[in-house]
Amino acid sequence: MTLPAYNFAYLDEQTKRMIRRAILKAIAIPGYQVPFASREMPMPYGWGTGGVQVTASILGPDDVLKVIDQGADDTTNAVSIRAFFAKTAGVATTTRTAGATVIQTRHRIPETPLKAGQILVYQVPIPEPLRFLEPRETETRVMHGLEEYGLIQVKLYEDIARHGHIATTYAYPVKIEGRYVMDPSPIPKFDNPKMRNSPALQLFGAGREKRIYALPPFTEVVSLDFEDHPFSVQRFSQPCALCNATGVYLDEVVTDDRGGRMFVCSDTDHCETRQADGHRGPGLPQTQQEDAA
Amino acid sequence: MRADIFDGGFADPVFTSQAVFRAVMDASARPGTIADLGDVAQAPAPVPAATAAILLTLADFDTPVWFEGADSTAASQWLSFHTGAVTTPDAAAASFAVLEEGSDASTWSQFAQGTADYPDRSATLLLPLAGLEGGRSLTLSGPGIEGRAVIAPRGLPEDFIEVMQANRSCYPLGFDVVLVCGTQALALPRTVRIEV
Amino acid sequence: MYVAVKGGEAAIEKAHRLLADRRRGERTVPALTPEQIVGQLSLAVDRVMAEGSLYDSELAAMAVRQARGDLIEAIFLLRAYRTTLARFGVSRPIDTAAMRIERRVSATYKDIPGGQLLGPTFDYTHRLIDPAMAEDLPVEEPARRPSSEETALRVTDILNSEGLIEPDARSESEPGDLTRDPVSFPAGRDLRLQALARGDEGFLLSLSYSTQRGYGRTHPFVGEVRIGLVDVEIDSPELGFAVKLGSIRVTECQMVSQFTGSAEEAPRFTRGYGLVFGQSERKAMAMSLVDRALRADEFDEQRLAPAQDEEFVLAHCDNVEATGFVEHLKLPHYVDFQAELDLLRQLRRESHPLQHEEETQEAAE
Repeated sequence: MTLPAYNFAYLDEQTKRMIRRAILKAIAIPGYQVPFASREMPMPYGWGTGGVQVTASILGPDDVLKVIDQGADDTTNAVSIRAFFAKTAGVATTTRTAGATVIQTRHRIPETPLKAGQILVYQVPIPEPLRFLEPRETETRVMHGLEEYGLIQVKLYEDIARHGHIATTYAYPVKIEGRYVMDPSPIPKFDNPKMRNSPALQLFGAGREKRIYALPPFTEVVSLDFEDHPFSVQRFSQPCALCNATGVYLDEVVTDDRGGRMFVCSDTDHCETRQADGHRGPGLPQTQQEDAA
Repeated sequence: MRADIFDGGFADPVFTSQAVFRAVMDASARPGTIADLGDVAQAPAPVPAATAAILLTLADFDTPVWFEGADSTAASQWLSFHTGAVTTPDAAAASFAVLEEGSDASTWSQFAQGTADYPDRSATLLLPLAGLEGGRSLTLSGPGIEGRAVIAPRGLPEDFIEVMQANRSCYPLGFDVVLVCGTQALALPRTVRIEV
Repeated sequence: MYVAVKGGEAAIEKAHRLLADRRRGERTVPALTPEQIVGQLSLAVDRVMAEGSLYDSELAAMAVRQARGDLIEAIFLLRAYRTTLARFGVSRPIDTAAMRIERRVSATYKDIPGGQLLGPTFDYTHRLIDPAMAEDLPVEEPARRPSSEETALRVTDILNSEGLIEPDARSESEPGDLTRDPVSFPAGRDLRLQALARGDEGFLLSLSYSTQRGYGRTHPFVGEVRIGLVDVEIDSPELGFAVKLGSIRVTECQMVSQFTGSAEEAPRFTRGYGLVFGQSERKAMAMSLVDRALRADEFDEQRLAPAQDEEFVLAHCDNVEATGFVEHLKLPHYVDFQAELDLLRQLRRESHPLQHEEETQEAAE
């Protein structure tokens, strides 16, 4: 018995080729889910195996990798995936959005606007936006083929009838270039507008479901809505308690057992960068310097 | 067999194929930009270096390759030796089509354009040109392009624009094209709209 | 003051250290060896090889040990290794008619040529915990039949000779491989059998049980279950003949079920097929029942039950996929939860504005 030895970035070259071909077709057909022969990875399905396979297939020795989960670089799964690539590919890693060439994410798009040349790789649990309306792959495939998206509009409209709002708050479906309806992965709908006309390339990997899809830069991405109920994003009534940022996505942190809570940036890099630049939120002790600024 | 069949592969397959792939991916994501894939592969004439590099990066025994023209035996043997890819005489079965300069674009409808259920099951056409710059200006728009982009390839086949416009009108079905010259490549995925 | 949680890396490292400690257990007790696991927990090793779809008992035993006896975790370990292995060739189909039989029973005939061989079975043991298991008492050598190289005719071949059962499915086409190509539906029987052979024993057991209780009934009889060694051979183009690589133990079940016939066809028996690495009768039988249930369309049977639904069965039978996705729910989801909290608060505000005001006041008090 020989003990295992692994290739650069773990995947063997044949697997990378297969995934690379899928990525190119995904770019050529934005929003369409390309089936690929997803491999078992050394982390469980649901932990980002799709994103990891995409990242492993595009990554080169000169890349600088950032990994976030819930917007944070320090969540355990982000740490684990970052360590995996540092070990198997020896690439440089960073927590700075601006300094990364490849960013793998679960559930968020960074607040710092992405630039041309950056690649955002999403981990996707259920790539099929129609799956919860129609569980059968054979049916949903035909619906995409025929551009038959009435069902999803009906679902959104039922929400309005029942609640007065569209009650989808994350994994909010989008239409790409007027053709394919796509699941943006479980990002909060707050992040949906960032997908539209982004200068960065966005790749989506679903390992267990064996699908890859893509948004080239400068692609039209429209969140589904109705004329009388236009799409809108979450708004927070207070700024980040740490960096005073507004117009960003906030996490609610329970601070004691008496109902005390505070709101802080979900994007830790964004928050730390702002704090380093001298921004201070109401949750931090106020200083003289702060007042002067 | 000719000796050049065994030469011209990647010196460092893992890293070179990664670099070539990234260049091709970026070119596909930004139609109209010219990628230089580097002087990394040589296939027997008349296959350009960029085509050779793309095939070494993406072709293997899962991807039938179709060669245009009578003089492709050496190139086909080269490909098979380096990648394990099989040359197919059936254009409709090809994942990659290696075209000749001056290819008759009106025959391209023979290549796979996918199905409504699986539009990804379609061919990628590698078209060699006299140059990727210095020709008549064409305006591109579509995903990957901020506003408009202008390209000016030299030596395009006669019906090229009409064929590409027809290809666009079948979207999401269609083939994807990569223009190559020397070590350079310019991708025109099926989403691109071309105007004179 | 609030400080964001840091130190994920250190936490992971310490968790892994603790895991290694718990895995090893009491240090004064000798560690398990893979040899002991292969020899004495052989059915656990067989299950890991079957669902890990890699026939290597030593690696499977190491995986069982590394997984602290969690077999699905061990299966995952083996799969993640298997997927990195290069493929050197494709074997010839194994010939179970030439099996060196260790156990073989048929429920459809009282006696059969070659005989009923009980072999190493739990059947007819009384399930009383044996005090001897607390000690290492000497174990008697087994009684062996006089060695015979003769092979036993398959029961289905007996039925086939009379034309009472559908013939073995023959196909010259290359079988698919779901580890190399993504499955598209309808998948076809080759891919279904591959998925079932790798599928979770518990899932298939319950599904097959459901067919016995009316959810896709097939009126089954065990034509035969056989366990034993079969040769694995590979065609050698250089030599021009097949070369034997070694032997593997497999369990095969041929389930015979009713078919009432149709306008075109006379009534005859149909087959459900199960084949599993190692000794695993429960899995092979369950597989054969589900295989038969999934063939509903072939026999114009109405597809009403879960066991007859190809997409349902294939999409959910893999325990590595299932455990991953179920367990991923413990990963942080607080960004999406925040979005839901927000919406819920808003909806409550709008639907019961007065009550909401009271609640907020209470909270403020």
